[in-house]
Amino acid sequence: MNDNIILKVTDLTKKFGNVVAVDHVSFELRQGELLGLIGPNGSGKTTLVNLITGYQKPDGGKVTYRGKDITGAAPYTIANLGIARTFQIVKPFYHLPAYKNLIVPLYSPRVKKLRGGKYGERDAKAIDLLEEVGFERDSVVPFKAAGALPHGYLKRMELARCMALEPDIIIFDELFSGMSMSEVASTLPIIEKLVEEGETMIVIEHRLKELFRIANRVIVLNFGRKIADGLPREVIQTEVVKKAYLGSEA
Amino acid sequence: MDSIIIYGLVYSMTLALTAIGLSLTFGISGVANFAIGGLYVLAGYLPWLFISNFGIPYPVAVVMSLLISAIIGALIYQLILQRVRGYLLAEVIGTFAIGIAILETIRASGLVGFGAKIPPFIQGTTMLLGVPIDFQRIFIVLTALILIGGLWLFTRRTKVGLAFRGIAQNERTALAFGIESDRIAMLSLVAGSVLIAIAAITILPLGLIHVDNGYEVLIIAIAVGIVGGLESLPGIILASFILGFSQTLAAMFIGTHWIMVVFLAAIVIVLALRPSGLLGRFKEIEERV
Amino acid sequence: MTTAYRKERIDRGIKARSDDIFALSSYREALYLLVPRVLPVGLLLIVPAILLGIGETYWVKIIIMCCVFGALALSWDFMHSAGLLSLGQALFFGIGAYIAGALNASFNLPPYLTIPIATIAGGFLSTLLMSSVLRLRGIYFGIISFALSLMLARVIEATHLLGGTEGISGLATFPNIWVEVYLVVIAVLFCLFFFRRLINSDYGLVFRGMMENDRAVMSGGINIYWFKIQALFIGSTVCAFMGAFMVHYIGTVGISVFAMDYSILPVACVILGGPGTFAGPLIGAFLLVPVSELMRAFSTWRIVFYCVVLAFFVIAVPEGIFHFIQRRYHQLERKVEVEARQ
Repeated sequence: MNDNIILKVTDLTKKFGNVVAVDHVSFELRQGELLGLIGPNGSGKTTLVNLITGYQKPDGGKVTYRGKDITGAAPYTIANLGIARTFQIVKPFYHLPAYKNLIVPLYSPRVKKLRGGKYGERDAKAIDLLEEVGFERDSVVPFKAAGALPHGYLKRMELARCMALEPDIIIFDELFSGMSMSEVASTLPIIEKLVEEGETMIVIEHRLKELFRIANRVIVLNFGRKIADGLPREVIQTEVVKKAYLGSEA
Repeated sequence: MDSIIIYGLVYSMTLALTAIGLSLTFGISGVANFAIGGLYVLAGYLPWLFISNFGIPYPVAVVMSLLISAIIGALIYQLILQRVRGYLLAEVIGTFAIGIAILETIRASGLVGFGAKIPPFIQGTTMLLGVPIDFQRIFIVLTALILIGGLWLFTRRTKVGLAFRGIAQNERTALAFGIESDRIAMLSLVAGSVLIAIAAITILPLGLIHVDNGYEVLIIAIAVGIVGGLESLPGIILASFILGFSQTLAAMFIGTHWIMVVFLAAIVIVLALRPSGLLGRFKEIEERV
Repeated sequence: MTTAYRKERIDRGIKARSDDIFALSSYREALYLLVPRVLPVGLLLIVPAILLGIGETYWVKIIIMCCVFGALALSWDFMHSAGLLSLGQALFFGIGAYIAGALNASFNLPPYLTIPIATIAGGFLSTLLMSSVLRLRGIYFGIISFALSLMLARVIEATHLLGGTEGISGLATFPNIWVEVYLVVIAVLFCLFFFRRLINSDYGLVFRGMMENDRAVMSGGINIYWFKIQALFIGSTVCAFMGAFMVHYIGTVGISVFAMDYSILPVACVILGGPGTFAGPLIGAFLLVPVSELMRAFSTWRIVFYCVVLAFFVIAVPEGIFHFIQRRYHQLERKVEVEARQ
């Protein structure tokens, strides 16, 4: 892990009417880091990710990726630069088979530039990707319509969709939510493999036990403000964080 | 100068009156109803039918026409929209087709020929700021103001009105609150139909009833909605004024046939610069992530 | 214990036997696959020649109109598969028509020049006109395309440009009816095959994704607005071509090219035939257009008829008859005994 800062967020703010969802949040992300983003429900984690990845426009602040200012850029521009993200509520192409769901990211300008790609080759690559995330290869599962797949598979397909973009940074928005223990157990190794390969990631999670196993650093949000930033073990011991999650005694 | 203000005002309010029917159902409640063209002409034509063929007194004919419009609105909902709620394609095409079917049936049956006309409520003209103006036109302005003001209060203060807005924003949540979205949507459609019927009865006395008025109504309602923002009542008023005054000025200085050019230009400009409409907010492709 | 029956639907034997490479195993399997594909195309190519040979021009003219509306229906289906819901094919049709007519009248360009120019220029102009609507949700495209088609007609009427209400007449026509009919037949078949190929490719997959879920396509790094523009261009170009053809077919151009017929009948054909299938809309066109011709005596009742058909099918049979035909061809239904419980 080198000290190369690839993502820098400065003073990012978003208001919805009188509600401040994200309140002057700043942090840095280094190459190869796995940054955990935690906080109680409603603390602004997903909104922060939306602001970084272009799905919502910030009211103030700046986002810089490898020195380039990407504040308020369009979501597809940011995806093409190499920042991929999963969605909390998965919405795949229900009528298309699972592997066809991955063709769209494989068709993006980014992947075209990196890998080329002719009609027909993408199908094979899509099936390979699905195998990497745990779809049984020689079965009918990759060919089933996405609408027929159970939730755990859809979440893993979401992960495959991100990996298809060959991203620099992957942002996971509660990837493990809705997964059973066995599904979590089978998905964690995939993420650990990504860590080993040097992928940079931001992970929003509520399942702190799993998160702390893999995170290098953790940021805590509460009511839109960053209240802690440091090593997982240390952060979880601070008073502020404990109060935020557990409440204080009256 | 005074005549520009007066005629501009009258024309703007006429546009606004025409547009609120669509605004209520589609903009505020999210239920597509593009049969307004047909409903408009039908609502104007029925009183004429009742008066000239059955000799029914004018006020009674008007009330009957409003009732029938309401019933047709409810029928449209029950027969068509209820089966396809959520499929925008089917909603739009279905109501659109019915509206055109109504219009063309009226045209094809040759019922509305020359001389189909409903009398104004109040005959006569008066002078306002030195400009001659019919009482009927003043009536239009008053009706428009009352209806818009009433709608504003209704959608912000009454339970039913708030329900109208609720089902557009998030139907599941509305259901969870105990709002029967089907019933509310039907009410919204009925209300929209009645509004357009009122518009027809108030505006059509100014001239003869033509089937093509139906298409113009569609274009006007759409244009006003696009320019001002369909779900925003202040937007409707603003758009009506902009379009109304531009049209009045154009008619005075260039020629009366340029309505369409004005509307066309307005739509294209607004779409290019501010696609959600001047005061509107939610039309852009912005999936709630 | 009474025996109860349930309906079961399974693939026909011959369908299973003609899957994949086994289609080559015998004539029956090969024919099973080829006939539904080759027969209609073959008929479409041969029948006009036969009819013209025996001097029967009335039905050939109907075939021409079927092809014109068929192409409009195909373009609607294509745009719909990309998420663009258009209620104004007449807009694109009319733009193409007027460009061809104007070129012919002002510069005396012959049809084999005006038609290509009008097709491309019409596509560009239509795309330019409608491009700002692409940022809005799907339904506004339909509304505005409809409004614009009505408006352009009124604008031409009001400004007396391009011939105003009377239009431009005395334009060049085709040398003979053989050229006319085969031009449209080949054009429509080309559109059919082109669109089918396109929508099944990876490029087409992006379009199909846009129809279902804009956000997922965006998160895959695709600039959806650029792709929507491409879909709009492809769709409107086809309509512009037919508009240009129409102008030289009848020899005049007037505001009737913006008539609602050209917007609504294609939609009715698609809904009847089955959206998304491309072959379905074409079948729909060949069914509805002759019917509407026969109804010509009833003038405006025609439009009422289209609208009622449209409303009925959109609500009751939304997948259209093509799916129905396909299902009956590939599968059979039979009653099967339900094993009675003890």
